This record gives sequence, structure tokens and C-alpha cells, in this order.
Amino acid sequence: MSTVDDPRTIEFDVRTDEMLVNMGPQHPSTHGVLRLVLRTDGEIVSEVTPHLGYLHRCAEKIGENLTPRQFIPYTDRMDYLAGMNMNLGWALAIEKLMKYEPPEKGRHLRVIISEMGRIASHLVGMGAYGLDLGTFSPFLYAFRERERILDLFEEVCGARLTYSYITVGGATADLPPGWLEKCEAFLTQLEPIIVEYHTLLTTNSIFIKRTAGIGVMSAATAIDYGTSGPVLRGSGVDHDLRRDGEEIYTAMYDGYAFEVIVEKNGHYPKDHQYPAVPMEAILGDCWHRFYVRMLEVMQSIDLVRQGIDRYSRASGNYGEPMKLNQKLPKGEVYLETEAPRGQMGFYIVSNGEAIPWRARARSSSFCNLSVTSELCRDCLIADVPAIVGSLDIVMGEIDR
Amino acid sequence: MSEPTLVDQLKQKFGAAITGANLENVDPWIEVAPESIVAVCKYLRDEPSLAFDYCNSVTAVDYVHTDEKKAAKSEWQPHLEVVYHLFSMQHKHSLVLKVMLSRWKNDEAGELPEIDSVAHVWRTADWHERECYDLFGIHFIGHPNLRRILCPEDWVGHPLRKDYEMPLEYHGIRGR
Repeated sequence: MSTVDDPRTIEFDVRTDEMLVNMGPQHPSTHGVLRLVLRTDGEIVSEVTPHLGYLHRCAEKIGENLTPRQFIPYTDRMDYLAGMNMNLGWALAIEKLMKYEPPEKGRHLRVIISEMGRIASHLVGMGAYGLDLGTFSPFLYAFRERERILDLFEEVCGARLTYSYITVGGATADLPPGWLEKCEAFLTQLEPIIVEYHTLLTTNSIFIKRTAGIGVMSAATAIDYGTSGPVLRGSGVDHDLRRDGEEIYTAMYDGYAFEVIVEKNGHYPKDHQYPAVPMEAILGDCWHRFYVRMLEVMQSIDLVRQGIDRYSRASGNYGEPMKLNQKLPKGEVYLETEAPRGQMGFYIVSNGEAIPWRARARSSSFCNLSVTSELCRDCLIADVPAIVGSLDIVMGEIDR
Repeated sequence: MSEPTLVDQLKQKFGAAITGANLENVDPWIEVAPESIVAVCKYLRDEPSLAFDYCNSVTAVDYVHTDEKKAAKSEWQPHLEVVYHLFSMQHKHSLVLKVMLSRWKNDEAGELPEIDSVAHVWRTADWHERECYDLFGIHFIGHPNLRRILCPEDWVGHPLRKDYEMPLEYHGIRGR
């Protein structure tokens, strides 16, 4: 005969122990090779310690031994999901040092290419986030569309991942004939599909349960930790370098119509076209970060269309790539651009030679990741992948 | 905000702690004495007209020539620079601060130069200072967790120093 009648008697004797759980570096939801050490008490995580550096190649040291154009392929390998945007950041920083202004046609070409890169990158971000939360199909759909962008990029520069296309002075080649029509056709096809993605994830009740109200980050924390991109805007901070950046960068978007994707008084810009923010979502949670990314895809489609229009009307050249061993003027510059994952900054010190004295890369994901331990305090183990995934990190850029 | 007035304003407030400025460079910078960096940073963050609440990056530059011929002709003495890039979300303006350090503390090779940490002023600086410690060998006093971040914990040397030599071997992996 059992001596226990009341289940509470059993629980009376149970004690919980703290445990260290190692997650990664080969864990699928760590987006590459990130190792997280979780201090847990039962299902509750009390502390998360990220360990990085598994992909560290000291790209900054390599940059001190190569001329700016030789370094372009290395920038591809930083954020390898948005190689075009990395090329652009580095090219603009060198151009700022050289006080070079790309011609109008090159400017619009860069807008088209970098916004297409943003769409491709956000599609992976969306698909992979679905994977993190245990749904496989959005990933397949996202990759289906991304493939088509990669096809377009392949036609432009011959590469599908490490493009080295945008370079100091302009681009390595002009857009091939007939490319703009193909791009336009792709956008027309993509636009209605985004609505399907919203049905698959954004408004999916399981998805909302897993993300809404999880990993809430206040605007003050987001600024204090130096986060940027959708992570910062997801916390309601109205800041986008395409509008607020330095002149050399904002000049690229001169005359383009766009609104910064950020919540104002409970609404996103032009949000009548999109699903409503669910009741459970709190500004700064995983759901908002994801939603900002999804809206940015729509915004980028719009920007590419404007770019195509302007590019086809612009006359003249797309720019002249600088000579491989051209000497740089003396001085130092720092320039940040709005890459898909946030503000990618390059700091270049030149002593007047062809090779920079110092080439520093400020990574956006690096700062975005540093907030993990703050967001994961006292959350459930199952929420850790949801939070880390919502930051949409790329380890190649963090470890450089 | 204009740089010359800001330099005057800071000089009035901190006197000799503002050791210089370069306003001709593309991005003008202000030089701060190492012992005053925290006070200056706190002022820049908390003064409402400046409000530098966002720290973009903390990094360093090593100035030393490994080539003796170049060293003889050099315009500068060997030193380290710690560079802070700041931004204000409210006013959308930016600023560059620099601190000059000697390459080694008391010029004894191997003794890491020291500077106060600003990790409690901006949390961004936490990881950025760890990176500086890792790659440049700068000791940030008062940092909450000054460990290597990109290199393995048992790595020897600081790779972004100009006189760093790649190890021949690391745990059985051939270096050069």
C-alpha cells in the first residue's frame, strides 16, 4: 500500500539543482558556430555566457596587409549572407577617405544591388527563424525565393555567395542587358508571396505564442548595448542610417521615398496592408524584431523598384573602379552603413601608402549578440533559441 | 554641435585633461588624457546638449615600425591609441575620442598598458574592450569581465600589434 496520498508530500522533498548546460558550437539554432553556456535551474535559465571566436580569422590583420580593392573579397566573408552590403560598406569607407563621389548611375546601381541583398538576407533570417522554432516549411519557401535573387546576382557578377561586385569607385561591371526586366519580374512575383509568409509565421498562433512577449528589450537597453538594425528598431528606436547616416551614405538614397520601419503609437508605417500586431506582443520582443524584418522586405522591394526607374533614366557611367595599387590619402575615417543586420562600420587609418595602416570592422551582429545574456536572464530553456534567433546573427561577421 | 566649440567647452570643463584635437581630419577627433577618460565620457553622455548615448565602437591602433629604416624616418614615437566612436541618437551627431598610451606599461615589454574601462558608461564597450584586450593587449581597469573574446583563452600574444609574430605551432596545429 502506498504511503503517499497527497501528491504534495512527494514534492515536499524534491530539491532542484543548478546545472550548466552547454549549447553549441554545433547546435543548429546557434546559427553557425556559437557556443552558449546556460546556467539552469530546472527549466529556468539564470545566466547565459556566449563564447565566440570559432570563425576568427583576424580579418583586420589581413586588411593591414592588402590594398583596399584586394580586401573586398574578405568583406564578402564577414556577413556571408549579405556580401553585397559588406562590399558596399568597405567601398564607401575608402571613398570617404579618398573624397570620391560615384556617378549617378553607379549610385542607383548600388541601391538596387544592396536592397536586393537585404531582401535575400532577411529571407534567410525569416526562414532560419522558423527552423529555430521548429517549423520547417517557411525555410524551404524562403530559400526558393532567395535562389532567384542569387540567380540574378550570378548573372551580374558570376558568384552566388561571395560577390566582390560593388567595389571602391563603383562596381566591377555594369548590369547586364535585360537584367532590370528580370529583376522587375521577380519583384512582381515576390510581393504577393510575402503575404503567404505572414500567414505561415507572423499571424500563426503557435509562432505568436513562441515569440510574443519573449525576450523583451527596452529602447534604453538597446541603445546602451549598441544594438542596431531591426534589433534596435524592433525596440521602437527610430533610427536608420539610410536616413540618419553620414552624408556620403545618405546621398545614395537621395530622392528615394521611404519610411523608417519602426512602431509609432502602436502602428507601423503603412500597416493597413499588413497583419495587425497581436495583443500579446510587447514592443521590443522577438515578435517585433521579426516583424520589422518582414516589413523591411516590403520596403526594399519598393526601393529596388525606385532604383530601377532611376537607373534606367540615368545617363553616363556606373563608375570607375580605383586602381589596384593606388595610394590612399593620409588620414583616418570611420563610416557606418545600414547592412541587413545593422550598422556595419569600417575604420580606416591611412599613412599615405597604398595599404592602410589599420583596417577595423565594427560588426553589427557582435553588438547585437552581446545583449543575449541580458535578454535570456530568467527565461525558459526553450526560449533561448527563440531569443538568439530573433537577433538574426551571422557568426562570420561576429568573429571576423 | 560644432567641433571647435565642443573642444573649448571640454577644455573649460576638464582643463589639461583635453590634451589636443585634430579638426582638419575628415572625422575630427579630440584627445583625452588616459586618467580622465571615464569622467569625460560620462560628461559627454549625460550633458543634455551633447547626449552621446550610443557607443559605436572602441578600438585601438598600434603605432610602431618593425622595420628599423622606417622607424628612423618616422614622424611619431611608438605608441598605442585607443579610439572611441560615439553617436547621439537624440541629436544624430557623432564624435571621435582618442587616448594615447605607451605601448608597454613603464616601457617594460610584456607589461600591459592600462586605461580605465568605460564598460559601465556604455555596455557596448564591454565586449569591445575585451576585443581590444585580446587583440592589442590593453588592460582596462575596472572591466567586469576582462577575458579574451575572439582568440582562445590560452593564446599567447596580441595579434593586432604590429610586432606580433605568428606562433609556429598551436596544440599540434602548424602555424606558418
